Amino acid sequence: MSSNHKRLSMGGRIDREQPLEFIFDGRKLAGYRGDTLASALLANGIILVGRSFKYHRPRGIFSAGPEEPNALVTLGIAGRRQPNLPATTLELADGMVVESQNRWPSLAFDVQSVNGLLAPFLSAGFYYKTFMGPTRRAWMFYEHFIRKAAGLGRAGTDPDPDGYDVRHAFADVAIIGGGPAGLSAARAAAAAGAQVALIEQDFLLGGQLLAEPSDSAAAAWLRQAEAELESFETVTLMKRTTAFGTYDGNVIGLVEQRDPTNPAGEARQTLTILRARSIVFATGAIDRPMVFSNNDRPGVMLASAARTYLNRFAVLPGKKIIVATCNDGAWRAAFDLADAGAEVTVADLRAAPPAALAAEAARLGVVVRAATRIVDLRGGHAVSHATLIGPDGQSETACDLVCVSGGWSPTVHLTSHLGVKPQYRDDIGGFVPGAFPADRFGAGSMMGTYSTTDAIENGHRAGTEAASFCGKSAPAPTPTKLDLGETAAAPLREVLSAGRGKAFVDFQMDVTTGDIELAHREGYESVEHLKRYTTLGMGTDQGKTSNFPALAAMATLRNATIPETGATTFRPPYTPVAIGALAGRAIGHHFKPIRRTPMHDWHRANGAEMLEVGLWMRPYFYRQSGRDVNEAYVAEMQNVRQAAGLMDISTLGKIDVQGPDAAIFLDRVYANGFAKLPVGRARYGVMLRDDGIVFDDGTTTRLAENRFFMTTSTAKAADVLSRLEFLLDTAWPDLRVALTSVSDEWAAMSVAGPKSRAILAAMFPALDVSDDALPHMGLLESEWEGRALRILRLSYSGERAYEIYVGATAGEQLWSRLLEAGRPFDLKPYGVEALGALRVEKGHVAGAEIDGRTTLDDLGLGRMAGKRTGFVGEVLRRRPAFQAPDRQRLVGLECIEEGKRLRGGAILFLPGEKPYGHGRGRVTSVTFSPERGHYVGLALLAGDVATEGSEIVAVYPMKAETVRARVVSPVFLDPQGERLHG
Amino acid sequence: MLRIECPCCGLRDHDEFRYGGDASVARPAHDDPDPEAWYRYVYIRTNPAGLHREFWQHVTGCRQWLVVERDTRNHAIASVDLARKSSARKSPARNPPA
Amino acid sequence: MARYSAFSIFRNALSGQKNWQRAWRAAEPKPSYDVIVIGGGGHGLATAFYLAENHGIRNVAVLEKGYIGGGNVGRNTTVIRSNYLLDGNTQFYEFSMKLWEGMSRALNFNVMFSQRGQLVTAHSADQLDGFSHRANIMRLNGIDADILDREDVRHLVPYLDFSDTARFPIHGAIFQGRAGTARHDAVAWGYARAADGHGVDIIQNCEVTDFLRDGDRIVGVETTKGRIGAGKVGLAVAGHTSVLGAKAGLELPIESHVLQAFVTEPLKPLVDQVVAYGADHFYVSQSDKGGLVFGGNLDGYNSYAQRGNLGVVREVAEAAIALMPCISRVRLLRHWGGVMDMTPDASPIICPTPIEGLYLNGGWCYGGFKATPASGWCFAHTIATGKPHPLIAAYGLDRFRTGHTLDEAGAGPSAWLQ
Repeated sequence: MSSNHKRLSMGGRIDREQPLEFIFDGRKLAGYRGDTLASALLANGIILVGRSFKYHRPRGIFSAGPEEPNALVTLGIAGRRQPNLPATTLELADGMVVESQNRWPSLAFDVQSVNGLLAPFLSAGFYYKTFMGPTRRAWMFYEHFIRKAAGLGRAGTDPDPDGYDVRHAFADVAIIGGGPAGLSAARAAAAAGAQVALIEQDFLLGGQLLAEPSDSAAAAWLRQAEAELESFETVTLMKRTTAFGTYDGNVIGLVEQRDPTNPAGEARQTLTILRARSIVFATGAIDRPMVFSNNDRPGVMLASAARTYLNRFAVLPGKKIIVATCNDGAWRAAFDLADAGAEVTVADLRAAPPAALAAEAARLGVVVRAATRIVDLRGGHAVSHATLIGPDGQSETACDLVCVSGGWSPTVHLTSHLGVKPQYRDDIGGFVPGAFPADRFGAGSMMGTYSTTDAIENGHRAGTEAASFCGKSAPAPTPTKLDLGETAAAPLREVLSAGRGKAFVDFQMDVTTGDIELAHREGYESVEHLKRYTTLGMGTDQGKTSNFPALAAMATLRNATIPETGATTFRPPYTPVAIGALAGRAIGHHFKPIRRTPMHDWHRANGAEMLEVGLWMRPYFYRQSGRDVNEAYVAEMQNVRQAAGLMDISTLGKIDVQGPDAAIFLDRVYANGFAKLPVGRARYGVMLRDDGIVFDDGTTTRLAENRFFMTTSTAKAADVLSRLEFLLDTAWPDLRVALTSVSDEWAAMSVAGPKSRAILAAMFPALDVSDDALPHMGLLESEWEGRALRILRLSYSGERAYEIYVGATAGEQLWSRLLEAGRPFDLKPYGVEALGALRVEKGHVAGAEIDGRTTLDDLGLGRMAGKRTGFVGEVLRRRPAFQAPDRQRLVGLECIEEGKRLRGGAILFLPGEKPYGHGRGRVTSVTFSPERGHYVGLALLAGDVATEGSEIVAVYPMKAETVRARVVSPVFLDPQGERLHG
Repeated sequence: MLRIECPCCGLRDHDEFRYGGDASVARPAHDDPDPEAWYRYVYIRTNPAGLHREFWQHVTGCRQWLVVERDTRNHAIASVDLARKSSARKSPARNPPA
Repeated sequence: MARYSAFSIFRNALSGQKNWQRAWRAAEPKPSYDVIVIGGGGHGLATAFYLAENHGIRNVAVLEKGYIGGGNVGRNTTVIRSNYLLDGNTQFYEFSMKLWEGMSRALNFNVMFSQRGQLVTAHSADQLDGFSHRANIMRLNGIDADILDREDVRHLVPYLDFSDTARFPIHGAIFQGRAGTARHDAVAWGYARAADGHGVDIIQNCEVTDFLRDGDRIVGVETTKGRIGAGKVGLAVAGHTSVLGAKAGLELPIESHVLQAFVTEPLKPLVDQVVAYGADHFYVSQSDKGGLVFGGNLDGYNSYAQRGNLGVVREVAEAAIALMPCISRVRLLRHWGGVMDMTPDASPIICPTPIEGLYLNGGWCYGGFKATPASGWCFAHTIATGKPHPLIAAYGLDRFRTGHTLDEAGAGPSAWLQ
């Protein structure tokens, strides 16, 4: 482990017994269990880690958490490549392969760093002002190059080899953040009797306490708190888990990273949807950068991060360190770094830093320069010199690490997701959450109190109150105190400083103070304009460190206060979330449920080509009927017309309608009447929407005086049931009707064709299926093999036909027995393509005509309603638009050109008319008609030209086809309906 | 995720429910012949930025249609009741108030 | 107003960017205007620009409650297409497409309109037939359209799911080559700057609280910056049309609903075209910055809160992976909601209103961005002449009473199902 030359020999929360190897840009490096990738890189003395988005400037590790703007890497290889991950949040694992990104050919020598020289021309929003010529499509040319230059990492194009789990969870109190405030809140809520979920993004609990030395009082406090929480069975500790968003209903979205020591093959991440009755936000605060020339150099780091690397990871990231600050907090980093052996200079903006700090500095040999600001840095791939300006003038100091701290920004992202607007507090120079609703609480530094003592105390209070909101208020013992001696931070207001080099506000998006000045000059001065014009905060870090400095800079330029300048609206997710984690297991075949009929396995085993129809799988055609669908459907329909066919119609919606007012109810929901339907008879019915447009069609059979059996179309089954329930529950609660979906209870099949009665007779020898006993639209109820059986004599194809309903579990058995019984009669199965063809030939409308825009009259069904009133849609179906003479109505079309065919979707024009615009109508459905020997179709055609016998031209530009057709009756077959009885 | 307290089934995620729109519009009686009444019922909405009475059906639960009062500005739910109870309170008016 | 050009960038670079001017003036309201446009979104700003540019009406103010472009023009997924089926829609959106094609040069502001094409996948022979019907209509109206088979689609977008495990296998697609995307914020800023150049006052942080009346006629507005008189008032506040409409006394067939939008981390070029999934609600494009920008279905309940629910986030993620399995490891960077005016037929409402002096532009549902230039053009005409522009003749309020609705999806009058 000799390469860990910046690692201290002792201390830290790493496990020196567990060395790990990893590869960075091809170099084999070493770290320990307990490291992050960032700490391991620093331990190995690696300063240069990445390149910036726009100027390709060299960048190092800036932070120790999810706020990291610079140190983005690509993790993994092949299908597991994952770009843009902050090294600061990656838990080091053995064998990790990591690459730097946004550089070519190498990190140290990057060709595109030339962009830095072009910077004067690449000012914020420069692209809005140029690339507009010489032609209208010029942008397409320039864009090509811009797109190639943009983007950070590269995504793979293969499917993700890893899996993601989803789970649903519930808690009384959810506590977000496992720092001192969150730990204290969890303890209080649990002691009060609440079910608690404590959520921590890190793989260790402790938050800022982890930045304290591992042998300190803070460490002892943390050990005790952890042990105490583990003793509660009612507390769920969720480490490696990020609360990425809070949503309505106190729903929190959580993503948990896999523990790298867990066995491979486990889900890579787990999404937890946590529903909490109350939430305590203890999300902490993020250290602010300072803005000065070249402040983005590798070797510039947040002071709190430097302290974390030192105390948590036992890494001394520099030997000659400048700590630039305006507050007391950073001094603690200075002291610890000096104590660890570094040569430290503190440059504090304040004229008189507290005497106690100065005394401690003197004790540790820390050089103090008061009223001094840092204005510039030198050094290419690593910082080498800092320019300081103080009372004694300007001087340059050699250094290998610059720690900056501009005060704290409370982490108010999650609270604002749910609409709690951040409020500016001048005394702390930061935004805290505004007033919470009754079920949400805040604790710790996210509320603007920065001492550990306070965090523990108000965490305890928040936990107690959150539990009490859930009715849990057993008395909780007071928490153990911990005083780390923090003093209030004086906020940094003046973030801009003079210098000649670029001063970065948003490191990742390369937004400088100059860009903000330009945005202001051009009037993009509201925060949202500033963000959108300069791309500030649009990076993968979501501007966690840049938001406040940018806001302060704009406020200064506008000579306005910060609240006058505005506040950013934070959007979920708090940190980026893999789309796969959101989808979980609902991928591939599992994307949507697959609905199969009871006869599905038979279809698959017997040559059916299956077709997805909505969520259903239905037989499209049977391969033994023909080589392809076109050959097969014609053969199948011919067999129906000449012998008999069997069709699986189990997908129809089926509703049992019962009650003394059932007939009245049906009379209101159908456009045609049902009240007078005799028991034992079925009727075709059409339902309208309230706006008078056709909603659905189907048949309803009167089983008994007060009981009906309704079928709906496959597609509308759920909508129809819900709509009928709506009418009963909200509009007509006085009607005594109960509705039950029986769609899944019945298997259904249709036997159609001239031989269908003979087949029935052979199949059910005990039943009387004579025309007297079972006339057209008649019902026969019986049993088959101990299961309920319903036979309805209904026809969709125009042939004599029977719909047979049987208990779903007997569906396949009855289906195959029917085929057996029907074999002497040439009974063969047919699929949905033949079904569609049969109905077109017969002129029945279906989904292509009932398209949500047609009325009863449009479909030639107006006579069904006759002069009836009082049914759904009755009044609005009479609106003027529906009565217009050129309103498109259903007609039949017959192809009159030899060797040509009609196609659905062709547009209709009059002969001689220029084919332009929307035409006079369109072809909705077509089929080859074996009866007629040519293509026939249904069409919607303007009423004023829809004269039977006239000629029309069907134009189909996508195939450059123009076909002449004759307008005819939509019923191509057996207009008298004789075949129904054949 | 809205969480709706179904009177029959308890507190449930809203994706167990089907939305049914504005419950403040009064449906004309089934045999009301006035086109204006139907036009207003089908199309005109106050669409308030604030408390909204609306229908939801617990489709994957008890299948009851509910009337939910919810603030459209922050999605906070003020009350939930069975639609049958609310519609029993006001019988369908032939000429709904404008 | 100084022209933008490569030369202006060069010259300003040499002077340290110190000489750029404001893109639009920080105007304060005058006592009265010939026309007040309420709403500083894309449609309102475009309307102001065309009032000045096409009709010579320059005494115009655009009143914006917050900052311009802060509503849906800055929240959408930036898709521009003209693939509409119904008479009235087809021509309007194609006119809009033509205006997009000349917009950057007309405004002297690069709105980055990029015609990389849009395809919608089909997952059955029937669906492809339906797309052919649409494509036929497009071709017959002079609009480019193509029907692709499975192999064509695979060639164009090989990263879609062509595997055996695809739940809804791809049969083909409809493709419009002239479709594409634009930089949405730039559209608002470009119109603002060009309108300002014509003398239009763009007044931000000026919320209209009420209307001023003279008898039945609207003669101005009450605002947080005082009373402002107006010859005519145009309302272009889609998302909040009902709220302001109610103040004017308009009864409207509009509901406000949330539509979410999503962006991922910036990636090197992956998605060239706009790709929409024909089997569910998902559409995606890649911005010039590299983020995949995508969207899905409405959240499905009335809302004015600009935030969506986690259920829809998950549905969209599932659909995304169903179409594009390789997106699984890509990380979602941000998601947000926009408030849509949903109408009962999913078509917009642009027309004079029954109230004299008041003109309405709203009801854009989830399709307003692509309509921005044509909407502004036609609304300006309508305000200037008092008569609807022929291209928006179908978009009157009256159509719901008469039955002349334009329901592209045939989804019926429940706005949230559109």
